[in-house]
Amino acid sequence: MLDSIAFYFFAGVAVLSAALMVTRRNAVHSAVLLVTTLLATAGIFLQLRAEFIFITQIILYVGGIMVLFIFVIMLVRLDIALHHIRFRLQRWVALFVALALGVEITVVFLFARRLPGQGLLIQEPAPADKLPPNTEELARSLFSSYLLPFEIASVLLLVAMVGAVVMAKKRIDQ
Amino acid sequence: MTLPPGLEAILTFLQNWWVEIVCGVVIVAVVPLIAGYVVLVERKLMADMQARLGPMRVGPHGLLQPIADALKLLIKEDIIPDNADKLIFWLAPVISMVAAMTSMGAIAFGPAFQVARDINVGILFVVGVSSLGLLGIILGGWASNSHYSIIGAIRSTAQLVSYETAAGLAIVGALLLAGTLRIRAIVDAQQQLGVWFIFLTPVAFFIYLVASIAETNRAPFDLPEAESELVAGYMTEYSGFRWSLYFLGEYANMIVVGSVATTLFLGGWLRPFPNVHWLDWLDFLPPLIIAGVGVYCVYRAGKQPVEIQIWFMWAVALACFAVAVIFAAPLFVTSLKFILPGLHGAFWFLLKVSGYIYLFMWLRFTLPRYRFDQLMHLGWYILIPLAIVNVLSIGVAMILESEFGWNRWFAALLTSLFTLGIAAFLVNLYDKRTAAASSPATAAATDPYAG
Repeated sequence: MLDSIAFYFFAGVAVLSAALMVTRRNAVHSAVLLVTTLLATAGIFLQLRAEFIFITQIILYVGGIMVLFIFVIMLVRLDIALHHIRFRLQRWVALFVALALGVEITVVFLFARRLPGQGLLIQEPAPADKLPPNTEELARSLFSSYLLPFEIASVLLLVAMVGAVVMAKKRIDQ
Repeated sequence: MTLPPGLEAILTFLQNWWVEIVCGVVIVAVVPLIAGYVVLVERKLMADMQARLGPMRVGPHGLLQPIADALKLLIKEDIIPDNADKLIFWLAPVISMVAAMTSMGAIAFGPAFQVARDINVGILFVVGVSSLGLLGIILGGWASNSHYSIIGAIRSTAQLVSYETAAGLAIVGALLLAGTLRIRAIVDAQQQLGVWFIFLTPVAFFIYLVASIAETNRAPFDLPEAESELVAGYMTEYSGFRWSLYFLGEYANMIVVGSVATTLFLGGWLRPFPNVHWLDWLDFLPPLIIAGVGVYCVYRAGKQPVEIQIWFMWAVALACFAVAVIFAAPLFVTSLKFILPGLHGAFWFLLKVSGYIYLFMWLRFTLPRYRFDQLMHLGWYILIPLAIVNVLSIGVAMILESEFGWNRWFAALLTSLFTLGIAAFLVNLYDKRTAAASSPATAAATDPYAG
């Protein structure tokens, strides 16, 4: 009962603010609404008893990435830039992507229903006190089964970071 | 009698959660009061260090000054600039304060006082949610549509993003020793080891101290609101109640970082030497200290010039005695013994947090403000590399202890010395770099970080 109230609350907030985010003209307003969407998604993670994912979502996406987004929006005066650049093509690209995503979701929905026992609805979850502490579980699987992908991802991020520093430095030196 | 299902659900909800709800309401109600008195203490300390008296007019020794200030702020005119983005201007201070208050929910102010039941990721929750206050600062600076505000907001963002990294890595050091993210388990780990983590990793504590001053935007790192450069930084355009929300958020944040440092490095709610039994008389200290404050109030009451102030001091003294009796009761009455850990735990915890905040104030009145590029250099060139080396050396110390059977103290000392050596190297490197930069040949090069 309480679980479903929490779920519908967070889901409603997430969908509503996502819709508002897309339709706002002001980039900073959009960013604030995106923060709301991310926080509501974090709430859903918490309601699924995935505390670690919940707090990572808040620290990384809301506390880190969104702050940098707003920072960039403030610095480059996006509202002025948008008047100069008119993306004619963008409308068609967006339409195509939206259609592709819609078809994909419909297909998943239809096929998931047909397979018995593998529907989208998860069966009764384990009670909260029986779950293993998921920070430890996550660390264990990251550093044992998924060690190679994890390391590759971190090297990739390091390369991107070094690349960004080198590019920034070149422009300063000139 | 059968209740309608909706009402029944609400009743069971209240039954399960009333402790949390009450604690939450208490926090929201009490923190503004505490913040007000922290401001009074700060002004009094500043006055003391500058050989002045500080606020003396409202109440004896200015004891009612915070309440007068709060009233003044509430009835001040609330100004919103014409070209401000009204919605965000309204929202930003609220974000700042809500973030600080929410993160307080997961802090354990003693084994019995915690709003959120001990969540698995407690310490991450406190750190992560309190860092959301940055959104309030940056949005407020943008929405004000003023140059001072936006420069303050940009400085603040750069500063907080940089120092959060250092603070996070310093926290990792203590978490390695504790082996858990649960707040209570961290304190329990310190009880089991019989030592506060500050003694095992002093370097991590120092890094956290510096980074947390920067994160709360306080001198010597108060560049986002440097009044001699930016009027008041991101809150230049704010006034009245909205301004006081920012102010409250800032002081609540101080309490939050103080609590994190206390939990991680200073043994949380444990009394000094919790496992040493011939020091059990330390349990009598909390009521004695509080009663001592009461006695001092009685002594000062005789020196008050106005009659009403004499009565006021007596009332404060009586309140102190009453609290002291409450603290002493479980020591002598066996049937009340069960409240001893909760009550005294809260006392020790708050004492340590106040000590940490006192350190903040002391540093504020002692050190001059940094320049912005110096601040960035300190963060990126010294604190972050040092914190990374510290995490590595704590790992090495733990392996030396568990795999090679070294003495814990020896391993900790050796690795701390190694980290300090790295620190000396980094500072030396930084000195050379600044010496080279300030020579006339390269002085013209602009610094990208300078705000």
